[in-house]
Amino acid sequence: MTDAAIETATRPKLAVWKFASCDGCQLSLLNCEDELLSIAEAVHIAYFPEATRAVVEGPYELSLVEGSITTPEDVRRIHEIRAQSGTLVTIGACATAGGIQALRNWADVEEYRSIVYAHPEYLSTLDTSTPIASHVDVDYELRGCPVDKGQLVEVLAAFLGGRKPRIPTYSVCVECKLKGNVCVPIASGQPCLGPVTQAGCGALCPSYGRGCYGCFGPQDSANTDSLTRQLTELGMNSDDIVRVYRTFNAGAPEFSAASEAVAVASSTVPAGGES
Amino acid sequence: MTHQLKDGGQVLSVGMLARVEGEGGMHIEIKDREVVSVKLNIFEPPRFYEGFLRGRKYTEPPDITARICGICPVAYQSASTEAMETICGVTTTAEIQLMRRLLYCGEWIESHSLHIFMLHAPDFLGFESVLEMAKDHADVVNMALRLKKAGNDVMELVGGRAIHPVNVKVGGFYRMPTLTQLEALRPDLERGLEDALAAVQFVSTFEFPEMEQGYNYVSLRHPDWYPLERGAEIVATSGARFPVAEIGAHVQEFQVEHSNALHARFDGEPYVVGPLARYSLNFDQLGPRCQEAALRAGLGQTCRNPFKSIIVRTVELAYAFEEALRIVDLWADGHSPSVPVPPRAGQGVGASEAPRGTIWHRYTIDADGVIEDAQIVPPTSQNQASIEADLHLAAQQWVDLDDHTLTHRCEAAIRNYDPCISCATHFLDLRVKRS
Repeated sequence: MTDAAIETATRPKLAVWKFASCDGCQLSLLNCEDELLSIAEAVHIAYFPEATRAVVEGPYELSLVEGSITTPEDVRRIHEIRAQSGTLVTIGACATAGGIQALRNWADVEEYRSIVYAHPEYLSTLDTSTPIASHVDVDYELRGCPVDKGQLVEVLAAFLGGRKPRIPTYSVCVECKLKGNVCVPIASGQPCLGPVTQAGCGALCPSYGRGCYGCFGPQDSANTDSLTRQLTELGMNSDDIVRVYRTFNAGAPEFSAASEAVAVASSTVPAGGES
Repeated sequence: MTHQLKDGGQVLSVGMLARVEGEGGMHIEIKDREVVSVKLNIFEPPRFYEGFLRGRKYTEPPDITARICGICPVAYQSASTEAMETICGVTTTAEIQLMRRLLYCGEWIESHSLHIFMLHAPDFLGFESVLEMAKDHADVVNMALRLKKAGNDVMELVGGRAIHPVNVKVGGFYRMPTLTQLEALRPDLERGLEDALAAVQFVSTFEFPEMEQGYNYVSLRHPDWYPLERGAEIVATSGARFPVAEIGAHVQEFQVEHSNALHARFDGEPYVVGPLARYSLNFDQLGPRCQEAALRAGLGQTCRNPFKSIIVRTVELAYAFEEALRIVDLWADGHSPSVPVPPRAGQGVGASEAPRGTIWHRYTIDADGVIEDAQIVPPTSQNQASIEADLHLAAQQWVDLDDHTLTHRCEAAIRNYDPCISCATHFLDLRVKRS
């Protein structure tokens, strides 16, 4: 073998897979403009159709999986991918919580099909959008809609170093305090999911003067009951509160339970009663 | 891969079309050297955006529809905000429009440099990917990464982040960037403009297959500017010209069995949106430096060779840098970031020029601002029929080439359109069948 061939053979093989998603999380890898060429030296990019036609056969030491499971074919495919992957990391809200398309979990998919498509019989789709971990074992879940590219590079570095990724699981509130942001709900009365949402974005929305909308999913000890009370006090009705829990991480267990609690409470209140 | 069929025919297949956004394939059947059937298959799973937008608030589409596409979220944000403001009868300020245009320039720069250098150029230079290309063309790849980063920097400043910006809302922005922050972008934008103008000449030296297509080109048009974040009317090379609000009367969407993305027709005919259409219908709105670079690169005022879309895209890349600099020059602090937009029952359309072509949204909302109906028509679904027609012509023109070369040419013909399959719905399994 040539030196180059030996070098290629010793680098871990990376594969990037896509399920139902917007491509944004894998684009985050291409958006690492300063690190991309170094990443390509540290790992052997063996399968990444968005970036290259070249396809190297598995098994792969590291698989990054974007997207949620929404079709019978994808259920089969994720098992195949798991079987040929050493470490499997899911990237983003679709892969870790089902994404915005998990809103179908509360709806009649037959009706959706007929709204969008004149011939729904041509489509093959499941009634639910579910995270990868609902189907196969996942070694690490990276949050975000989209993932933060700094955190993505940290996950790759941790994999190469054989250590756990250093990713905080505390709330966005902590990031706001660290940045010295004014508290958005207190100062301006806007709803903010910061107290129940995992950090990682750098408290982006509050830094722009808007409430957090939860795109990194629930933090490790989310007190959604307390937040629901606060949102009610801010004057939001139950429909609006259900909507704020049901966005890009609607399918995350904590947010899903919180939205259902609000929906159930409002449907059991008699007409004209207090909510 | 080539399979011999029992009847003596051949099936050529490639697992998945690479270097496009989203997943799809193509199926080409050749009998006795005649191309008999071409299908662009999109099997990206449907996500039912139009379904679950029903019952959401009118303020939510900028955040929700951005998630249709990680490559061009701003296109969705612009079209949805414009539609809602139209419905509610609100006109924003000139400064808000200017800042929207700057954000859109950021998306064009990011998306165009990604496609030109990282997805499309490898076809012309004979590489599997930009990473391989980096070994022989380190200068080009480093420049591409720098250009792309300049676009992302604009999006991060104005939008809060490069993918799914958080600072956009119906009525404007949550916060305006300051002049000091904008001024900090200037050196990279100035360098980017010069690099992009030089890149127009570089990509024009590629070898382009001879191919002319007479499609009806459709684009937004604005009396004062090359169209980006919005236009005043829709224009077409057929001569059609009408206000954006009337687009629903001219475009019919329909479903075909081999694609999860809806196809579309314009006044009953297939059509093309995207850089070739925009350029050919708005050449006069480009600045003198971009016009001169285009003409020097051998383009006319219209361009009919789909493979030359890479040159046109690079001209547009330069234009986006020029525009971004113009906006930075014009900016002054102190403008309100948004105007109030109280809900009002009605229906309205918003349209913008995504990097890969015209996108439009139509919503119906009730008096409380709850969405009753949503229709989203992204560029790639509009271009599907023309992509298939190009494939047909390409496969027929090069039918005697070996399967490997033919497959590669056909893939490149698809990439001419910078197809965003996630957008279009959302899968490519490439097959050539010979018998």
